[in-house]
Amino acid sequence: MLPDDPLSRVLYVDLSRREARVERRPELFEKGLGGAGVAIRLLEEECPQEADPLGPQNPIVLAVGPLVGLFPLASKTVAMFKSPLTGNLGESHAGGRSAVALRLAGYGALVLRGASESPVYVAVHGERVLFRDASSLWGVRNSATVARVVRQREPGAGFRSLLRIGRAGERLVPYACVTTETYRHFGRMGLGAVFGAKKLKALAVAGHHSLPVADPKGYRETYKEIHEAAVSSPLMKKYHDLGTPENVLPLNMLKGLPTRNLQAASFEGAEKLSGEKLAEDFLGRRLACAHCPVGCIHLAALREPSEHEAYFYKTAMIGYDYELIYALGTMLGGSDARGLLRLIEAIEVVGLDAMSTGVALAWATEAMERGLVKPDAAAGVALRWGEYPAYVRAVELIVEQPNDFYRALARGVEHAAAKYGGAEFALAFGGLEMPGYHTGPAAHLGFLTGARHSHLDAAGYSIDQKAIKASELPSPQAVAEALLKEERWRQVLASLVVCFFARNIYQPPVVAKALVSAGFTLSESDLTRLGADILRAKHAFKRREGFSLDAPRIPKRIFETPSPLGRIAPDFLREALAAFAAGAAAK
Amino acid sequence: MFACVRRPQGGGRGGLANARIHVRSDGGIERGFVVVVCRACPEPQCAKVCPSNALERREGGGVRLLSEKCLGCGNCVAACPFGAAFWDDEAAKPVICTYCGFCATWCPHGVLALERVGQDIRVAISQERG
Repeated sequence: MLPDDPLSRVLYVDLSRREARVERRPELFEKGLGGAGVAIRLLEEECPQEADPLGPQNPIVLAVGPLVGLFPLASKTVAMFKSPLTGNLGESHAGGRSAVALRLAGYGALVLRGASESPVYVAVHGERVLFRDASSLWGVRNSATVARVVRQREPGAGFRSLLRIGRAGERLVPYACVTTETYRHFGRMGLGAVFGAKKLKALAVAGHHSLPVADPKGYRETYKEIHEAAVSSPLMKKYHDLGTPENVLPLNMLKGLPTRNLQAASFEGAEKLSGEKLAEDFLGRRLACAHCPVGCIHLAALREPSEHEAYFYKTAMIGYDYELIYALGTMLGGSDARGLLRLIEAIEVVGLDAMSTGVALAWATEAMERGLVKPDAAAGVALRWGEYPAYVRAVELIVEQPNDFYRALARGVEHAAAKYGGAEFALAFGGLEMPGYHTGPAAHLGFLTGARHSHLDAAGYSIDQKAIKASELPSPQAVAEALLKEERWRQVLASLVVCFFARNIYQPPVVAKALVSAGFTLSESDLTRLGADILRAKHAFKRREGFSLDAPRIPKRIFETPSPLGRIAPDFLREALAAFAAGAAAK
Repeated sequence: MFACVRRPQGGGRGGLANARIHVRSDGGIERGFVVVVCRACPEPQCAKVCPSNALERREGGGVRLLSEKCLGCGNCVAACPFGAAFWDDEAAKPVICTYCGFCATWCPHGVLALERVGQDIRVAISQERG
């Protein structure tokens, strides 16, 4: 690391005492680079064993890495905390301007400790840390209003990031999200509830330092190489053109697109929710995260007439992505794009994780269909596939929690199914609601074994897709090995912190070269070792908090609905799980 | 912005300090972005308020900063209606676009272009793409 790089500075913000201080931790960054590699160490230091995820002992760690602010697509912030949803390791990544703002404010990581007694928002302007009363902002209906207020009160337009929660976070829904720059989210695992428990309504970070580089000329050359690869790669073009929704039709064609709570794996209405159709009918603007030439963020312009007055319209800009189309579209059997967009907006207003919410609503719809839950128990809301007004109403009730049913649903599908039955179709892995891939055994194995229980841990769907192409299922051991290898490498990317969409550009030689500009001399094998170390540290944290791969709960539904690779065999998954556990434990 | 700081004359560093071009949201990202960059005015207001003639007019529009003459009063920053005269906190001097066009060559979506106006050149922002 370069001696004058502010990366090694960790900002500790104590919400109980309303104090902040900076500590230089070069050893942390020398060893772990940044991002996930540093966040897991800070979490170990800060989070006592069996801490209550919603208690003041649970810290929030935000970390960026050495390539942020230096190279394109190094645009992500890693959040780590103990998850109130899974009761274990919480990790969520987001882009927007969060990473660049934190890095250029002069920090490599920010640790939020304790809890405030009354609502507060924290503004970090370079060296200045301000605790602002947020009592009047608490309970505001739309979380976007909070962002507007903070934006107007805090300087630094163009150099700042604004993280905020909605009412879902205030009311401690364990799958509440933190929204940054309106359209990006620390979505998964309930960071929003941890903010809410700390009475932290928002966090604004602003800064525009410059950063040292080892060799300006070499830096410019490496920059050019990466930039050109980014703007000319077909993958990047795909994400720029249609965005992640480009995947809707291919996954549907493969019959790997979870539909109606995975009662099916293809959807007759997929055309109407495709990236192509949404772009044609609604695309209003495309955006990029700070320092990204791609611009994958797609916003739909939804023009809505007033119910009461002629010629009175409101046009809302609503972000859409593949995972939302899956969770709130196909999983709910909805093919009405306008209904889908209204539901996305309702979820943004309250600040919930769209994926967990969609899976929870899909479980609830099936539970009603099977008579496990009566509409009376659901405050008179009858959930039926594809009927969006009822889903919009249910989102509000998940936040309000007026009765036992919504209190249960607000704690996730595993909890709700434990109370009402239907565990066999409660689609959660490691306590986290399922992502949108039923491509074969590797996808599900990845959800079970991944440290974040996410499709992003090791992209099992990609292993499945290769197997589909080759018309040959690899052995359980080979699947486990491939997942482990990928998850280890992704720890390096998550420490730099590079967007996973750029993983084909940031191959090991490019990463090693880019790190030279930031003053790190690491060989490719050093990097591989580092990835394995970080994953091992995450697994150690998970074990400490009670996680085990021995006999995880697997919802039966995934064995019933055929995948593109045929019915998934329980034995295959069991063998692969054992192989993964053995591989992860090996040195 | 990153390109401006990265170029050799801009310091050749990473990050964003003293960029001569600024991008911010138009009051919330849902409304898109605004690019703020010197438009090389034929009658530059910044030069009019400079008490020490440190902002020399260029042929064809815009100004050249003569750092040694600058008193650091900040009048130019206040005078530019576009907010395109920036400020270097450390040096206590303005940061003025040099019309090098480096930013335009790094814009992947054709928002920025380097244009010749009469004798001189300036960075132009596409209204359609901006």
